[in-house]
Amino acid sequence: MSREITNVLFVGIGGQGIIRASDMLTEAAFRLGFDVKKSELHGMSQRGGSVSSDVRFGKQVLSPMVPLGMTDFLVAVSEDQIEVARPYLNDSTVIVRPSDLTPDDAKSRMANIAMLGVLNRHLQFPADLWETLIRENFRGPIGEANVQAFRRGAGI
Amino acid sequence: MILSGDGAVAYAAKACGVTLGSGYPGTPSTEILETLASIGGAAQWSPNEKVALEVATGVSLGNGRALVTMKHVGLNVAADPLFTLTYMGVNGGLVIVSADDPGMVSSQNEQDNRNYAKFAQMPMLEPSSSQEAYDLTIRAFEISERFKVPVLFRMTTRVCHSMGPVKLWKDPEAFVPAPYQADPVTKVMIPAYARKAHVRLIRVMKELAEFNESSDLHTVHRPGSEFGVLTSGVSVQHVLEAAPEASVMQLKMTWPLPLEAIRKFASGVKRFAVVEEGSRFLEENLRAAGIAVEGKEDVFECGELSVGRVRQLLDHDVTPPPAGAPGRPPALCPGCPHRKTFELLSELKLTVLGDIGCYTLGVLPPFSAMDASECMGASIGMGLGLRRSLGDSPEARRVVSVIGDSTFLHSGLTGVVDMVYNKPPTGHVVLLLDNGTTAMTGLQEHAATGYHLDRTPAIPIKLEDVCRALGADHVDVVDPVGDQEGYRALLQERLASNDATVIIVRRPCLMQMKKMAKMANSTEVKQ
Repeated sequence: MSREITNVLFVGIGGQGIIRASDMLTEAAFRLGFDVKKSELHGMSQRGGSVSSDVRFGKQVLSPMVPLGMTDFLVAVSEDQIEVARPYLNDSTVIVRPSDLTPDDAKSRMANIAMLGVLNRHLQFPADLWETLIRENFRGPIGEANVQAFRRGAGI
Repeated sequence: MILSGDGAVAYAAKACGVTLGSGYPGTPSTEILETLASIGGAAQWSPNEKVALEVATGVSLGNGRALVTMKHVGLNVAADPLFTLTYMGVNGGLVIVSADDPGMVSSQNEQDNRNYAKFAQMPMLEPSSSQEAYDLTIRAFEISERFKVPVLFRMTTRVCHSMGPVKLWKDPEAFVPAPYQADPVTKVMIPAYARKAHVRLIRVMKELAEFNESSDLHTVHRPGSEFGVLTSGVSVQHVLEAAPEASVMQLKMTWPLPLEAIRKFASGVKRFAVVEEGSRFLEENLRAAGIAVEGKEDVFECGELSVGRVRQLLDHDVTPPPAGAPGRPPALCPGCPHRKTFELLSELKLTVLGDIGCYTLGVLPPFSAMDASECMGASIGMGLGLRRSLGDSPEARRVVSVIGDSTFLHSGLTGVVDMVYNKPPTGHVVLLLDNGTTAMTGLQEHAATGYHLDRTPAIPIKLEDVCRALGADHVDVVDPVGDQEGYRALLQERLASNDATVIIVRRPCLMQMKKMAKMANSTEVKQ
């Protein structure tokens, strides 16, 4: 059953936009007609602690949490959180990490959105869907800057 | 649309035309009332869960529909009205959301509030997804009004904070409460009336059990297997994935239990197991009813379940799952005004009784400046008691209680009353850390911020006036960042006295200031 499901795990620390990026992937999958569930752990995490968010999409999603060793894509906005997530990874997990971005994007507050771009090299969701979602999430010039960051990540 | 479990409850309550949502912020329940207000419903933060439930009781007395939200430990605070509300019954529908936190993502314990449904005698519904959170909220109001009882709506972190597609099928109801009619015989719980009410309640619970037996609030997924699992809440989803070979009986109404339906399901399978997060609520009640059931090892009473842990539970495999590197612990924000207080407490090596809020993080390095923290408001009582144990020794003079502004309004006022009334021989010092918001749960308003939940202006309660009126010997106000030396000198002076002191340590939360600036900007853009 879970082979029909794509499991994406987002990790980072409070303030890096983990929840926002995972919300956007959830919405994108939903608009493409997938069943989708997202589960996140926050609460104390906005005080600079570890944050993680699980997104699962496919024909039918049951548990909202990615099972151990079942992650297809790990989006690690903070490099040091990869080892925290290790039990959820397997030998073929694709890891998207800050070093996949331009040095400027990796340092910027838009790193989360640029990493969605990198992720989409694999997911191949329509770019215009992403750009619509980005503009819905960030208004005005900030939205345009995030669209550019996404494009740099996606290589388009 | 995509909604969290919390959001789905809010949309359903709005569709039911709920008259008022009341509650106190607490992870993972906070977003319910915030969402309700954002979609045009009436919602308010009460000073604590007890008041919130009492307000809801009044709404229901007036034939209005009431939604009350809180985290699991909040129901302890609201337990006093709860246990008599079930005797009184309701007029308008009254639904109490208890958001439990198995695994303690951000709580001080992982109590299983399903036990409250049995203890207080009320029906309980448990959704397993956002869609069910929506559907069952609507059912909860129906059941509440049909049987004239409050309904416990029990959620957990992974339902509250998971998101999924929700079909909003109910046309919004323009609900208008019927005219008020007094009925003291059923609503005034003097012993003579309460005795009758208890008899009525037991009868109604029997009717609810019969209702549950024949309702669609229990279903069997994938019938026909020789292996049957009974479960509820988010565990339903884990079990369906972890045990694809099993028939899975899902209970959406978990109190009173549909025992005959369960007995029938159990007798139709060769192996019958229960999967439940937390306590052995289903297991024990099934056994009490004479239904043989396979339970779980002790380790599964702790923490939340997942697909992997459900497999282990069913295999009776207690090996610890592989662990990753430890995550980064939360910390007080850089520049947080609480930091100055904990630097000072650490430097002076004081004995600190803490409370519930961001400042509980003062226990962690680099401060390591907290000796105990129990529940909302407990810092003051614990401090007074510790001073009594320590007599008039020098150690007694080192004891301080640290409490935040929202927590103080929630449960700290009566602590100050006790400090004034039963002053220890060495007096006492309360540090009231006033950052102008309920920071830990995500910057909610409270009675002293000057705003309501929906950001309309309110008359702020002045904390220093309250403390003075209660009769504290000294009520001082200091700025921990702007006047660090004054803060230190004042604290030392008060500790050396035998007086009852409240020092209000006032400096706005940085996150709150950022939020305010953002809101001011967006208002300008709109104009």
